[in-house]
Amino acid sequence: MAFKEIELNMGPQHPSTHGVLRLKLAVDNEVVLRIEPVLGYLHRGMEKLWENLSYVQGVPLTDRLDYLASLSNNLAFVLTVEKLAGLEVPKRAHYIRVILAELQRLASHLAWVGFMANDIGAVSVLLYGFEARETIMDIFEEYAGGRLTVHGIRVGGVVEDLDDKVIGMIRGALVEIPKRVRDIQLLLSENRIWKQRTAGIGVISAAQALEYGLTGPALRATGVRRDLRRDIPYSSYEDFDFDIPLGTRGDIYDRYQVRIEEIFQSLRIIDQAVDNLPPGEIRARVPRVLKIPPAEAFQTIEAPKGELGFFMKSNGTDKPERVKMKAPSFINLQSLELMCKGNLFSDVVGILGSLDIVLGEVDK
Amino acid sequence: MPEDLASRRELKAVQEAMAARFGPAVIETAFKLGELTFKIAKDELRPALEFLKSRLGLDTLDDIIGLDNSRSVPAGGKRFSVLYQLRRAPGPLRLRLAVDLAEDETVASAVPVFTSADWGEREIYDMLGIRFDGHPGLRRIYLSEDFAGHPLRKDFPLAGDDDGV
Repeated sequence: MAFKEIELNMGPQHPSTHGVLRLKLAVDNEVVLRIEPVLGYLHRGMEKLWENLSYVQGVPLTDRLDYLASLSNNLAFVLTVEKLAGLEVPKRAHYIRVILAELQRLASHLAWVGFMANDIGAVSVLLYGFEARETIMDIFEEYAGGRLTVHGIRVGGVVEDLDDKVIGMIRGALVEIPKRVRDIQLLLSENRIWKQRTAGIGVISAAQALEYGLTGPALRATGVRRDLRRDIPYSSYEDFDFDIPLGTRGDIYDRYQVRIEEIFQSLRIIDQAVDNLPPGEIRARVPRVLKIPPAEAFQTIEAPKGELGFFMKSNGTDKPERVKMKAPSFINLQSLELMCKGNLFSDVVGILGSLDIVLGEVDK
Repeated sequence: MPEDLASRRELKAVQEAMAARFGPAVIETAFKLGELTFKIAKDELRPALEFLKSRLGLDTLDDIIGLDNSRSVPAGGKRFSVLYQLRRAPGPLRLRLAVDLAEDETVASAVPVFTSADWGEREIYDMLGIRFDGHPGLRRIYLSEDFAGHPLRKDFPLAGDDDGV
């Protein structure tokens, strides 16, 4: 067939973008030549808003960034404020934060595996993933009242102590979720169609991934051992025993395997944290009006999507001078073109899905 | 967070290496809240990034941050800053490289050294209007090309600007 370059438009309203993302594609018959993501459809000016809200008021806004992992956003923002203000957080609060953040990782990964399978045509897996995720949503609802925008982590600690009912629900989830995940594995891991659509597709090498700043499960799927929970521990992650699952080929299938393994590792962490929950306060004493003398701080966490970080500059008032967010989805999306080049047009949806981006975070 | 002695020593080694290589071009060195910041002369930015990456092993650009200092800088000072947050991955060693820019000044793009700086620089251009020389395609990333003004500038009103849309 003769060479013929065609421009194709995908989105901004397209079910597989999970938000509003536009892709300008150049294809030669079925093969992708170039992709240019067009962003900003969900841009709400978060960084400007933070400058005009107090440190404490800024936290609930973070729920709306990666809205599939609101507690992880809370944690990163709050840790930066605490570093800037020199607040010492009680050990019990750290452990509760770890439990919440890991539950959030479970919820995010379970939603991902459902969406991902749905994107490439396996609708039933979506239901399995969401059924498992529902047990976590129920825990959040019982704990903080919210399901999606939970806002359970506050400056200085957490919103509430874990009571017996919540702990019982968490222990129940620790038993229930592995069963559901094994169902998903049975459906997908050796499934011929799943493998045809994922193995060897969307490949990125370790060197390229590092060059493009890729982080999170997509980076670990290339075999690079980087996990901030281990490398630069925060919130007492150094107390827990867990493995960092790695892939070897850097394709969609490895990203799937890494995330599934991470689910089991998160369950291990939660199990240890619930068993060893230290006694004590759940919140530090934080002044009613938190004024922070001029300083700068940068703090990162390992969010479900990758390395999530905040840079904050204070100016002596109760509002930050500047807040800059390092959004993992934004940075990971930069490698989309590289992963798609030379692949078939029909695989773009799968590759985009495998990156696990959330447009609330990409567009800020 | 407790700082271990090893990372202190490493930071000191980096500090000495930077002073030896760039001398007076390192305008200011600050160590606050356990974070090291070098302020470097604008013309030495790209050599400094290259030096830190290839000689001192700070091979990861965590983030690029643009600042509008117009409310905090004394009269006659430079309005903007660009900060480069670097890390010696996978270890915990981190530092910031900062350049100050007057309103009409541009700065060398970091993309030739760190490919991942591409979208970050476009974001700073979009939000603050700082231009990067040698960037492969410097255009707005979130707002449309016909948008007037740069929203993260301190003189841009929070409620928006009628001319903007």
